[in-house]
Amino acid sequence: MVRIIDRRFDSRNKSTVNRQRFMRRFKHQIREAVADAISGRSIKDLDNGESVSIPGKDLSEPRFRHGRSGIWETVFTGNDQFSTGDQVNRPQGGAGGGSGKGKASKDGEGEDDFVFNLSREEFLDVFFDDLALPNLVKTQLARIQEYKSQRAGFTNDGTPANINVVRSLRGALGRRLALASPYQGRLRDLQRQLEELLETRPDDDPEVVRLKDEIGVLRAKIDAIPFIDTFDLRYNNRIKVPKPTTQAVMFCIMDVSGSMDEEKKSIAKRFFMLLYLFLTRTYEHIDIVFIRHHTVAKEVNEEDFFHSRESGGTVVSSALELMKEILHSRYANGAWNIYGAQASDGDNWDNDSPHCREMLAQTILPFVQYFAYIEITRGEQQNLWREYEKLLGAHTNFAMQHIENLPDIYPVFRELFKKKLA
Amino acid sequence: MNTPGRHKRKKPLPSPGEWSFELIDAYHVEIDRVAREFKLDTYPIQVELITSEQMMDAYSSVGMPVNYHHWSFGKSFLQTEKGYRRGQMGLAYEIVINSNPCIAYLMEENTMTMQALVIAHAAYGHNSFFKGNYLFRQWTNADAIVDYLIFARNYLTECEERHGEEEVELLLDSCHALMNVGVDRYKRPAKLSLTKELTRQRERAEYLQSQVNDLWRTLPTQLAKAPTVEHRRFPSEPQENLLYFIEKNAPLLEPWQREVVRIVRKVSQYFFPQRQTQVMNEGWATFWHYTLINTLYDEGLLSDTFMMEFLHSHTNVVYQPGYNEPWYQGLNPYALGFAMWQDIRRICEHPTDEDRHWFPDIAGSNWQETFDFAMRNFKDESFIAQFLSPKVMRDFRLFAILDDDKDAKLKISAIHDETGYRRVREILSDNYNLGSREPNLQVWNVDLRGDRSLTLRHQAYLRRPLAGDTEEVLKHVARLWGFAARLEVAHEDGSIECLYECRQDRRKHDKP
Repeated sequence: MVRIIDRRFDSRNKSTVNRQRFMRRFKHQIREAVADAISGRSIKDLDNGESVSIPGKDLSEPRFRHGRSGIWETVFTGNDQFSTGDQVNRPQGGAGGGSGKGKASKDGEGEDDFVFNLSREEFLDVFFDDLALPNLVKTQLARIQEYKSQRAGFTNDGTPANINVVRSLRGALGRRLALASPYQGRLRDLQRQLEELLETRPDDDPEVVRLKDEIGVLRAKIDAIPFIDTFDLRYNNRIKVPKPTTQAVMFCIMDVSGSMDEEKKSIAKRFFMLLYLFLTRTYEHIDIVFIRHHTVAKEVNEEDFFHSRESGGTVVSSALELMKEILHSRYANGAWNIYGAQASDGDNWDNDSPHCREMLAQTILPFVQYFAYIEITRGEQQNLWREYEKLLGAHTNFAMQHIENLPDIYPVFRELFKKKLA
Repeated sequence: MNTPGRHKRKKPLPSPGEWSFELIDAYHVEIDRVAREFKLDTYPIQVELITSEQMMDAYSSVGMPVNYHHWSFGKSFLQTEKGYRRGQMGLAYEIVINSNPCIAYLMEENTMTMQALVIAHAAYGHNSFFKGNYLFRQWTNADAIVDYLIFARNYLTECEERHGEEEVELLLDSCHALMNVGVDRYKRPAKLSLTKELTRQRERAEYLQSQVNDLWRTLPTQLAKAPTVEHRRFPSEPQENLLYFIEKNAPLLEPWQREVVRIVRKVSQYFFPQRQTQVMNEGWATFWHYTLINTLYDEGLLSDTFMMEFLHSHTNVVYQPGYNEPWYQGLNPYALGFAMWQDIRRICEHPTDEDRHWFPDIAGSNWQETFDFAMRNFKDESFIAQFLSPKVMRDFRLFAILDDDKDAKLKISAIHDETGYRRVREILSDNYNLGSREPNLQVWNVDLRGDRSLTLRHQAYLRRPLAGDTEEVLKHVARLWGFAARLEVAHEDGSIECLYECRQDRRKHDKP
């Protein structure tokens, strides 16, 4: 009578398509929500999924339904104080009494925000949507230096180690069948004749002997067909395909001088985190070099980079010098995609800024894919900015942006990495 | 009436927390036996075990095992998922499909007690209601629904491949907007059958396309004759089923688009009875899980642990907060329905003088026969009007509030007392009347001789206006119709007012 069916292992994620369609339809709102989320929270959780809320009215499904005014007479439960004919004030906010139209409808999100969770992948997809690493393709083409070997069918020659036994024997079998077939046909004929003859004639009849001889010759010919021939051999074929360089190194250069207060550092930190996440989506392997500087530059670990406090004057060229050294000592073999990002409040020792520009132009920019400078200042840009500006026309792999406040980070980031039409 | 199974102590069924297939089978055998003794008539039962994620899948595609793809189902999946993660959904995690065989979903995470409860509730309660109630018998075809949905999904997939996902999505958006005015209220639709649908689909598409020329045929081809003839109205009578009207008459829809409109209309029609029998249906199912499980307990088949957990869940289901409690969300259909069915049984078995006065027909009658009659022949509105007793009104302390936006204050129009019973019952019945809950909209006129615009008319009732997003819906109407759409409201004093107009000339946007 009853059928019990275990469906637990049936197709899962039946709603995935619907979910994707939902995401696609509200891409715009979701992207806005993601941008909001990013400016409002600590970068550390960025890597997790995100709870996103988009305005309820944007995704409401309109229906013909009643508005709230007019005459409504509704039954409620739990009368604790009323008698017929009582007059009561309209409750504020509508809960409970009021012109309640019975239960809120099933989809009754009303004007409330619609909140839902994006998975990490979805979140990052939205987040980095339409962004691309500049110059990535070009370098890949220009620097094919690594190869990987991969299977590419079979060939007729090769080294014994690569012999493919199954393929070779399959060929040998086919060849043997093909070469033997004329003899086999003749052999069958002769054998039939022989049997017919033997019914009427003795074994030593000359005709019988002749047939037997002929059969013997044919058998020998068939046996002479080689079991396997060099002709049959097949070898696994492997070819070398260029392997795109999938490793990158990112230099994070941050000014930690006295003029960089906590807020500026936190802005810089968020910016670097974004960059890091973005790079992890493009490259399999990423090295990060943290360089911080005041009057002297130092390579530090992540913890120190973001947290330890320093103060003093500012000599930006010290950091660039250190970057150049590390670049040449560790990442000079051409296998690395090199990115640089520098964050500073632009307040440099006056005579140092022109020097920085020169260093950047001559010893760094020729080797890197992209170098981005962000200046975190309220108001007027500083002397470093003005020097760097001179680089803009001549170097396509250099970009600079100005950040005033936390909410600027995401737009600036998008500006720096937005997909450029070729 | 001798109630089955009293005073027979049997060896209890094992009641571990974890369920197993053998146990589900064993419990089902007992539940089935008792249900047969109570003469519950059901479709054959198919119990399917699924994971919570699959349950959410089913939930978000309006409770059906298959459905076509649309972003709105994705939206409701996200809502459901959130609700589930936060643990807000509770027992609502039971889905039963009005199909033959009747499919009841059991969720993997449930305990054995919950599985037994859900089997009794869904596979026997809802199932027998689906099979017996006149609305379901009249409007739905349990044999064909799953096949039809498969047909619908495949057809829409094919449309997407042929005409692009976006095109289909826009069309579905428009159809969904008109879903609740896309049902026949008084006419029996033709039975669904997968094979028939498939074979007739092409034929129908061609035929429809030729019929549509009706509009063009009325263009004045014979000028000599035309001026003297009084213009025929179109449609000759106002029509309430917008989707049907559009499917049959919209001039510019492609055949496949008509088929999509038809699919949405059919699905909407399928759910129409459910919207009208919430209290009855949920109450009926709750009554039966309560009665069946208790009968088994009386027979000694169930352990006390089982019963404690069962009663805990049952009490949650029928909990009814008062109007002034923060979690009040209107009347709980489970609570009201359960109370009413329990009360009908009481009236039959142990009537008081009040019951004899109020319900002379059923007081003291055979409760099972009365139940069967009530289950078969009523919907929420009429069920409440017929069977809501003063006792239930007192127990729920029901009272009615009149909210007239012209008055500064709300008025208590009736409470649960001798003078108010009938009035409260009348108002509650009307609260469940789809006809007054939803706006009355009709296809009023098509301007055949002019701009071919479509005019809808809203018949206002008690000065209730249409909601703010009405204009959005009208845009959808215009998109489907292909020409301008207009919405008029007929006020109760007889005046007509044009609310919105949405201009559209689809021919301009037509792709080559």
